[in-house]
Amino acid sequence: MIPLSWYVLLSAALFTIGVVGVLTRRNVFIILMSIELMLNAANINLVAFSHYLQNLTGQIFVIFVITVAAAEAAVALALIILLARNRGTVYVDEFNIMKG
Amino acid sequence: MLKYILIPLLPFFGFLIAGLFGKYLKERAATVAVGGVLGAFVFAVSAFIDVANGTIIDENFYSWILIGNLSVNVGFQIDQLTAVMLMVVTFLSTLIHIYSIGYMHGDKGFSRFFAYLELFTFFMLVLVMGNNFLVMFVGWEGVGLCSYLLIGFWYEKKSAADAGVKAFVTNRVGDFGFVLGMMLIFTTFGTLDFTDVFAQATPQLAAQNIDLLGIEVGIVTLICLLLFVGATGKSAQIPLYVWLPDAMEGPTPVSALIHAATMVTAGVFMVARCAPLFSLSHTAMNVVAVTGAVTALFAATIGLVQNDIKRVIAYSTISQLGYMFLGLGVGAFSAGIFHLTTHAFFKGLLFLASGSVIHALSGEQDMRKMGSLRRKIKITYAVFLIGSLALAGIFPFAGFFSKDEILWSVYNAGSLGRSLWMVGLTGAFMTAFYSFRLIYLTFFGKSRMDHDVEHHVHESPPVMTVPLMILAFFSITIGFIGMPLIPHANLFANFLAPVFPHVQHGGTDHGLEIGLMIFSVLVAATGIVMAYVWYVRDTRIPDKLAEKFSGVYTLLLNKYRVDELYNYLFVDGLVHKLAGVLHRIGDVKIVDGAVNGVARLIGQASERGRKMQTGFVQEYAFIMGLGLVVLIGMYYVVK
Amino acid sequence: MINQIVFLYFAAVIVLSAVLTITRRNPVHSVLFMLLLFFHIAGVFVLLNAEFLAAVQLIVYAGAILILYLFVVMLLNVDRESKSDRANRFWPWIVAFGLVIFAEIGLLVARGSFPLEGGQIMNKTGIKELGIDLYTKYLVPFEIASVILLVGLVGAVMLAKKKND
Repeated sequence: MIPLSWYVLLSAALFTIGVVGVLTRRNVFIILMSIELMLNAANINLVAFSHYLQNLTGQIFVIFVITVAAAEAAVALALIILLARNRGTVYVDEFNIMKG
Repeated sequence: MLKYILIPLLPFFGFLIAGLFGKYLKERAATVAVGGVLGAFVFAVSAFIDVANGTIIDENFYSWILIGNLSVNVGFQIDQLTAVMLMVVTFLSTLIHIYSIGYMHGDKGFSRFFAYLELFTFFMLVLVMGNNFLVMFVGWEGVGLCSYLLIGFWYEKKSAADAGVKAFVTNRVGDFGFVLGMMLIFTTFGTLDFTDVFAQATPQLAAQNIDLLGIEVGIVTLICLLLFVGATGKSAQIPLYVWLPDAMEGPTPVSALIHAATMVTAGVFMVARCAPLFSLSHTAMNVVAVTGAVTALFAATIGLVQNDIKRVIAYSTISQLGYMFLGLGVGAFSAGIFHLTTHAFFKGLLFLASGSVIHALSGEQDMRKMGSLRRKIKITYAVFLIGSLALAGIFPFAGFFSKDEILWSVYNAGSLGRSLWMVGLTGAFMTAFYSFRLIYLTFFGKSRMDHDVEHHVHESPPVMTVPLMILAFFSITIGFIGMPLIPHANLFANFLAPVFPHVQHGGTDHGLEIGLMIFSVLVAATGIVMAYVWYVRDTRIPDKLAEKFSGVYTLLLNKYRVDELYNYLFVDGLVHKLAGVLHRIGDVKIVDGAVNGVARLIGQASERGRKMQTGFVQEYAFIMGLGLVVLIGMYYVVK
Repeated sequence: MINQIVFLYFAAVIVLSAVLTITRRNPVHSVLFMLLLFFHIAGVFVLLNAEFLAAVQLIVYAGAILILYLFVVMLLNVDRESKSDRANRFWPWIVAFGLVIFAEIGLLVARGSFPLEGGQIMNKTGIKELGIDLYTKYLVPFEIASVILLVGLVGAVMLAKKKND
């Protein structure tokens, strides 16, 4: 028997790694991938709870999360292409037009 | 219910169509507009029949404001009074719309004109149909707006634009009184619905006083006086009448519809609607009566010497409105409304006919440049004569019945009534005189027209003359619905009887009543004859008199210099001087100081604050995450 | 027992490959570690009796999204980063911050009242039920999700196409 807390801890670890990735990396690709990591952490939670609570809703939400992730990836990658084309860089700290 | 909602809505749809698509409809906008008011008229007739059969409608159909214990609904009340007003408003509106097709033909603002007229009709109908003070006020303000728009219709002309502003500003003063009265009604009665307010209006309430700047004033008296301030603004009574003569800068159909037949009677309607309140306060009633009588005489004296054809009629309108208030003030509410109804017909007729004269003379309005027109524009002459006879109060024209009913009620209203009756009779004499002075100067005597103008004189097209003839027909006959003397023959008063409290019954001395009638007709006839002698027989008399009494003459010609006085007191004195002080201290120091100070403060704060904005997204996200960590941390601390 | 060993294996590989994903200099390597991660997450889903989701995870995430990443990375030909500018200057702080988050969630789990030892384990695969639920109870969200995908598709094309094309 695998305790539910193991899954929660696994997803917490994955989520934390995703957060650290988003906050530290300069390359916008890696940042996007870190976001995918966080989404997957959430998915693991959803499926685990769905399993332990005998309720399919969690699994259905995973499908929606994957859908949104796919749409997000498509749009985000298009934006990256646009940025790289117009500004010649994929490093986020070089986009500073929002600087006050 | 839908039928009744459609009465105001049809003109509103007409307004939307004519207003929004006027550019494409061009002159077809008139068809839409006439359709709108005609539909409203048809439904109004049906509503009138319903009311005559005893169906009183008082229904809310939308909850408008619901704050605390203030609850205002949008609702319509159609009782006898409203039914009469609906008939007057929609009927005249329809005729004047039709007339305007001819009068405004070729004007570049044609569709705009009809859109405004439709909007006016809509608001006027809302005003008379509203079942609480706030809905009435919406109509009240709306007609004021339309009046402004239509007076300044030819806005390229500076005098027209100024007249519009003057009308609007003067009305604001009155509206201020109306709003204050409305607030006092709410604090006193806790509601704004007519039925609820009037149900609570009892003599016990009339005995209550409130402290106003150290003076004890009866609360009902104060409410009535404040409402009456509103009425003096809208209905052009002393001291707020000054805008109405200037309002003649607008197109003539507007003068007929708004500044003679309907909108200016809104004040009369409002006082009549609030009859249960007014009848509780003797002071307020006396103020109404005296204001009315003084205005009636005052405006008539100015009307004696004016030379602009429309201005004479404008002053006569002010004077006739004075009679209506005089009637209301002595408790003869149905007589006041009766005069309102007959006046709407013959004054609308007079304005439209004068429009026809102006039309014939290519825009000339000065009576000194007219004369001898009776053979050239026969129809206009005939209807003008009918209108003037009605105005002068000659039997059996409409004005006779209503004016004598008012004067008879005034005569019976105690000692104050007797003196007001004298004032009213003098006014009636002057009315007869100046209205026939107008006829003689315009249609009799030698032609004083410019040669070019004389060459072009022509009768108006049927689209204008047919409405004139219809109005002329009603100016002769409408009076018979208010037959005096014979018991139960006064259909009008009987119809309105359920709405008004019985403050005072006319005297029962029929002999005296007939005597007074004959007397007042004789007085009016004297005025007509005198005008004939002065302006047809021996035209030197007026000039000689003007020379002899040049002081009085100039004073009258300059309308008692009231405009100048108001200019000096309020426009120059109050507005300019006070505004100067307010500008230097209030605006520059306080308002600007505060605004600039706040701006500077924020500027300095943001100088520092902007350094936090590194533009570095990850930093923002980090701060956000830090917040999350702190929140979860707090959860542990608290738990 | 065997289940626990399998889970621990999956968990270890997931965490390890996640760490490698966010630390590699070359984005292509990152994507490949991510692929590894997705396979093992699919394994965890199988452990949880969610075979359908495991398949979706592989097909959509590994098969579609990651390939998209790979395409773009190669399309833009991102250079190998030099050692100094892989992460921003305060990365040690953020790692510490990440540890705090993990510790906090761990505390939450330790104190929590989850059915930690599992209640009734669902033995059915549930694909049929999933499908029925998806097309009845969740029909509207499902359709909206498809619209979102369509919008994403159109948006991506609109954004990425050159202005003067």
